[in-house]
Formats: sequence, C-alpha cells, structure tokens
Amino acid sequence: MAIELKMPALSPTMEEGTLAKWLVKEGDSVKSGDILAEIETDKATMEFEAVDEGVISSITVPEGTDGVKVGTVIALITGEGEETAPAASPKPVASSPVETPANNAPAPIVSNKLDTKGKGDATPAKSQPVAIASGNMQSVTLREALRDAMAEEMRRDDRVFVMGEEVAEYQGAYKVTQGLLEEFGARRVIDTPITEYGFAGVGTGAAMGGLRPIIEFMTFNFAMQAIDHIINSAAKTNYMSGGQMRCPIVFRGPNGAAARVGAQHSQNYAPWYASVPGLIVIAPYDAADAKGLLKAAIRCEDPVVFLENELLYGRSFEVPTGDDHVLPIGKARVMREGTDVTIVSYSIGVGLSLDAANRLAEDGISAEVIDLRTIRPLDKATVLESLAKTNRLVVAEEGWPTCSVGSEIVAICMEEGFDDLDAPVLRITNEDVPMPYAANLEKATLVNADKIVAGVRRTLGV
Amino acid sequence: MHAQIKIPLKEIILATTPAKKSASKKASVSEDAARANRERPTEPVPYKATKEELLKFYRDMLLIRRFEEKAGQLYGLGLIGGFCHLYIGQEAVAIGLQSALTPGKDSVITGYRDHGHMLAYGIDPNVIMAELTGRAAGISKGKGGSMHMFSTEHKFYGGHGIVGAQVSLGAGLAFGHKYANDGGVCLAYFGDGASNQGQVYESFNMAELWKLPIIFVIENNQYAMGTSVNRASSEDQLYRRGESFRIPGIQVDGMDVLAVRGAAEVALDWVRSGKGPVLLEMKTYRYRGHSMSDPAKYRSRDEVQSVRDNSDPIEGCKAYLAEMGVGADVLKVIEKEIRTIVNESADFAETSPEPDLAELYTDVLVEQY
Repeated sequence: MAIELKMPALSPTMEEGTLAKWLVKEGDSVKSGDILAEIETDKATMEFEAVDEGVISSITVPEGTDGVKVGTVIALITGEGEETAPAASPKPVASSPVETPANNAPAPIVSNKLDTKGKGDATPAKSQPVAIASGNMQSVTLREALRDAMAEEMRRDDRVFVMGEEVAEYQGAYKVTQGLLEEFGARRVIDTPITEYGFAGVGTGAAMGGLRPIIEFMTFNFAMQAIDHIINSAAKTNYMSGGQMRCPIVFRGPNGAAARVGAQHSQNYAPWYASVPGLIVIAPYDAADAKGLLKAAIRCEDPVVFLENELLYGRSFEVPTGDDHVLPIGKARVMREGTDVTIVSYSIGVGLSLDAANRLAEDGISAEVIDLRTIRPLDKATVLESLAKTNRLVVAEEGWPTCSVGSEIVAICMEEGFDDLDAPVLRITNEDVPMPYAANLEKATLVNADKIVAGVRRTLGV
Repeated sequence: MHAQIKIPLKEIILATTPAKKSASKKASVSEDAARANRERPTEPVPYKATKEELLKFYRDMLLIRRFEEKAGQLYGLGLIGGFCHLYIGQEAVAIGLQSALTPGKDSVITGYRDHGHMLAYGIDPNVIMAELTGRAAGISKGKGGSMHMFSTEHKFYGGHGIVGAQVSLGAGLAFGHKYANDGGVCLAYFGDGASNQGQVYESFNMAELWKLPIIFVIENNQYAMGTSVNRASSEDQLYRRGESFRIPGIQVDGMDVLAVRGAAEVALDWVRSGKGPVLLEMKTYRYRGHSMSDPAKYRSRDEVQSVRDNSDPIEGCKAYLAEMGVGADVLKVIEKEIRTIVNESADFAETSPEPDLAELYTDVLVEQY
C-alpha cells in the first residue's frame, strides 16, 4: 500500500507554499528522519522529513512548483518489497488547512529550521527597487508593507531600532522583519531572549533616553507580561513629568485570533489599550494603512500600540509606491459609502464588513463601512457624521463584546448622536468565551460576514 | 509590643557598621573570585577624599537629611499628601555614588524613594519640595508627586512607582548610552524588596548579554515595607544575586560615604571599560518608616536607635572631618546654610500656587491628533 505524502501545513494559517527543492528522487530508499524536501512559505523555509520507511515510488509535484495547496499529495512511498504504485494515479487533494488536520495522513515531521544559506533568496524585500514615482500603486502584502515602513524609517532616522524575539537572525517569527538585519546590522535589529517584561522595559527606557524603539511582540498575547511597562512606564510618563519626559516608542505585533491556536493565543487587546490615556492605539486593516500608519507611529512623539493581524499578513493590497506614504493618526476612513446603515469596524473586521456590505447590496441595502484605523484617539466625528446620514449603526469587531471598542462606539452614539438614532446600536462581535480549539467551535465563536449581515438586518428590521 | 517578629538586632547592626570597624567586608569579593575563576573588578578601597570633597559630601548628605526631615514635617501638616518615602539614614549611598557621576552625561534612575537621589544630582530643592506639595512650580508641574519626578536635563529619569520597573528601564537607558556611544553609564537604584522581582533578572540577563554600561545598585535598607530581608529572600546576600548572570557583585558598607565612593570608582572603571554591568549591594538602613503611614510594628525602637548611634553616615563623615582637623565652627556654618536652603524650599513649596485647572488635560499626549 503506497503512503501518500501530502503538502504539510507549516503554520496554523498556511494555506499553500512552494515546493522549493526535492532532496530525494524516485527510487530512493528513505527512512524516518530523512529530509525529503524543502518547502517555502511566505514566512519561512522548512525542511520536510520522512516518518515512514520505504522507497519513493513517485514524485507527483516537481520542485519549483509555487502555490501548492496544503494537503496536496506531493509524493508516494511504498514499503520495501511492495509494488510500486503507478505514478499517474494519485489525484491531488487541495483543501484548506482548517478542514485538513494533519492527522488524516501519515503526518510528516516538519523540522522548523531556518534556511540560513539562502537567507536572502526568498526575500522579495530589500533588493527590490523602490519605485520613485509618487502616485503609483503596487501590490504588496501587508507584512511587506510593515517591513518597508520600518526600513524606510530606519534609513531616515538612526535613532530608530527594532527589538524583539526572533526579529533578526530568524527574520521575524512571522517574517515581518525580513531583511532588516541584513540592511541595518545587529546594532539596530536586536534579538532578545524570551523576556517580554524585560525587553518592553528596556525599550521604554531607551525611548525615555531619546531613542525611537520599535518593540515587536511575537504576538500581543505575550505582551500581557509587559503591559506594566506599556501602561505604567510608557503611557503615563509624559503626564507624570509635566511634559518633561517623553516616550516615543512603538509596540507592535499581531493581535486577535489567528487560526486554531486556542484560547491563550487568540485575543484582541484593542479595548484594553484603548482605555488608557497617554497611549495611541492603531489597528490597520489594509497594507496601505499599515504602512502609512506605522511610519506615522514611528515618527510620533507619543507611545503607540500598533495592533496587526496575523491572518492579514499574507494578503496583498495596493500600496502607494515611494517612501513618503505617511498617514495621519486619529483619522477614520469611509471604506464604502452607503445610505441605509453604517458598519463601524477595524482591523480584520473591516474585510468582513466589506463582504457583508457587498452581500447586503445584492438585497438592495446600502451599507456604509467605516474603518476606524486608530482606536485611540478615536475619530468620533466620522462615526457621528455617518450616523447622521444613515441613522442606523452596527459595530463589527473581532473580539469579545464586553467592554469592547463596540461598547465605546455605542456610548458615543448614545451621548452625542442620540437624536440621529432610529434603532439601537448593535455590537456584532465574537462570542463571549475563551477561544475554543475545535474547528467548528472556533468558527462559531468568531465574527463573520454572515453575522454582520444578520445584525444589519436586525437593526433595519428586515 | 514590638517583639512579635524577632529581628536579630546584632546582625543588622554589624552589617551596617562603618567600614573601619568591620574590615570593609573584605571576604565577599575575594571569596567569589576564588569560586568564579573569571575576571572581577578590583576590590574597592575607601575613597581618599580631600578636605574640600569631604566637606561637600557632608554638606550634600546634610541637605538630604534636613530636606527629608522638613518633608516629614510638611506631611504631618497635611501639605504633602499620598505616599511620601523618606531617605533619612541612606544619604551616604546617593552621595557616595552620584558624586562620582557627571549629571547630563551619566543617567540615574530610581524607584519611589527618590528625593535624595535628585538632591544628590544637584537638582534645585525648591522645585522638588514644590512637587511634594503639588504646586505648579513643582518639577513635574504638580502632576507627579513624591514618587514621580524627573530631570532630563540632568539625565535623571525618575521616580518610578512600580517596584522593580526602574531596573528594566535603566537597562534601556544603558542600551541608549551604548547605542549612541556617548560614554555615559546608567546608575539604576532599587531596594532589597525589588531584588525579588522577576524583571530584575530579565534585565540582569540582557544587560550582561549585551554588556550594557549599567551599575545596578541594591539599596538594602533591610526592610521591604515591613518584611525583613531574611523573611523574603532565600539568598539574603544580595550582592550574589547577579552571579548566575555573570554579573560581579560587591557588598559595600552603605553607611560610609567613603566606602560607597570607593566602590563607585571600581564599578565605574569596570563598566566604562566595556566589561558590562556590575552589581553593588549597599548595606544601609532607613530610620523612618517605609512611607509616612508606616505603623513601625516590625522592628523595635532600640534597633533603629542603635543604628543611629553606631552607624549614622553623617556622624561618620563628621568623624572623618574631625580627623582632618575640621572644627565644629565650620560645620555649624554649613548646618546654618543648609537650614536656610531647606526653609526657603518649604516656604516656596507652601506659597507657590496650585496648578491651573487648565493643566488637567495638558501633557496627556505630546502631539495633537
């Protein structure tokens, strides 16, 4: 019986990858632990190991193939003495990683080794010529946009440096800092031990001393160990010192739910930080905003919490070319104009809201979608203006409902937009539970376009 | 009533006896050197101060003492509110260390017991006292209070109320010195209580790993609020706390300004030569409560009195001055000068206006959005 080797998921969010290189050929005998192939994703290059003994009877996906979906059969192994399966027979099964847990096939072990030799090869990054012409757009992934923002600001200002876990030699746990070590060296791109409280404090102290640190948290879940420095040391210093001592620092990293990583790794901290005077809180949705706002955050004299979303890192958006794309902090954006209802959202919720608005449009409902972009200070004027036009509003938020950003929007609408309201403002959020692991439960927990559509219908009474 | 917890009085007194009586704790450094088999700072010797220097030490310690006494009085009168942690008894530490630094080049950061460290860095007593009384003329415009004062001009970075936070922040300041290659050193003070906080060790690790120019100073005044070192610390010889990070530790008689200054010289040599951080444990004692609201149930009056009688840093300095032939008349002049400065600061702090209510919403953010 031939064993199917399938394209492995190398991370919880990987959907496809490049089969960069086969290290075995058809007819080779392999045993458990042998490295069969190198697989590249946009995040990392991994070695793919055999777990079974046998002979490679067929390689079904040649090396150099891009976009190989997770779960696709890439080779067949037959046990010693077994009949070799015909090479033509296997049909590639493409499916999303959520529906294909790795345990329905003999799970290959993926050794998470950094591809050190070819570090630069997989990097689209810094070697790319930056287009000079302003006003032009190019398609860029969100992670590249973030990296470009950091690189441009580091070129512009020697005080800017990046510090965090795996930001340098590993090239970023989510590849956001890829190529920065190469360009800026170990003085300015600094790997830390796993010591969030400590390095958040070191960064904050460095900012107090006059530098412009970018502190990367591998995810904001780990920043809870460091929240004391973010709030007590960074946010309050300017006030406590009567404006004498500043703390121009950016704390950034992925926030919110990723995919199937369970309760401790899936949480939206926007409402936590947004409740603190002295902090700027930014949570961009698309790559242009991510770049423009991260550049603004780095130049900003105030401490900034910059909340990214792992599920958006690999998504491509149009971004203005050139190195002068800086956006104003504290300004929301109307993503889509509408007249019947306003959907207010931020971060990944914006994409879901746009999907919902498209679907509602098919039924003749015109929804305006607002991306808050900055959570603190919050652009009340844009929200209230839209409410005055549509008279109905829902908030779509990938996070818990209680004491959420949605709750804040509801309060603003009550206090300052009461006369414009034709219906109660609804919060369309995740369920009020710790994030479950099981695929179906997780799906049921998260906000999605269906839930937003249903919420809008409720508020419209249709 | 004070005997619920037995404090080994003798031990505390011995630990805080001036250097000349206890042979300057010689054992600690050489013992470790034999054990660790790696380069260590040379053993500190008491600083050989000139008469002028010694008079300045005396004057500066006396300023802290009288300033803090006055602050205690103003607190009793209700002019100072909230928490107010006095530095009385610990003066030799701040003066011995900071007299070796350059304000504006070397940075200093500390916890909430910060008045003495500010005075030791030459910051105007008026604006410190006015901050204590919460006035607009205070160094933080009355918005910080006793625990939150800063002077970026002097590179004095506060003034932090979360126990241990200043250690990580200090490592960050040291990172900045190294990054900018400005030749500065950071002096980060913390207490015996803070020495049990996790982030202190996170900072030790990074500071040594990256060879940051930082002197970690544990001001071991024997009590973390009301908990004695022995009741809180499994390793109560706190100068050893950096050992597993390869940070050399030196125990110093923190009641003797010359011993402290001598240790500062050694520590600065080590750190400025790029060898990374050093840890100084200053054995000291606070005469007053943890803060003004301390019930003082955890130690006896006799214990405090005994330290005052036998190890007082200012009396010790007086004795050195007497040996140099400085007469009581000279000291009287200094005493009078200090009293004038302190009384003026109290008058200033009492008569300055409170902050304008319009200040409530200023300084939350630097920029407008």
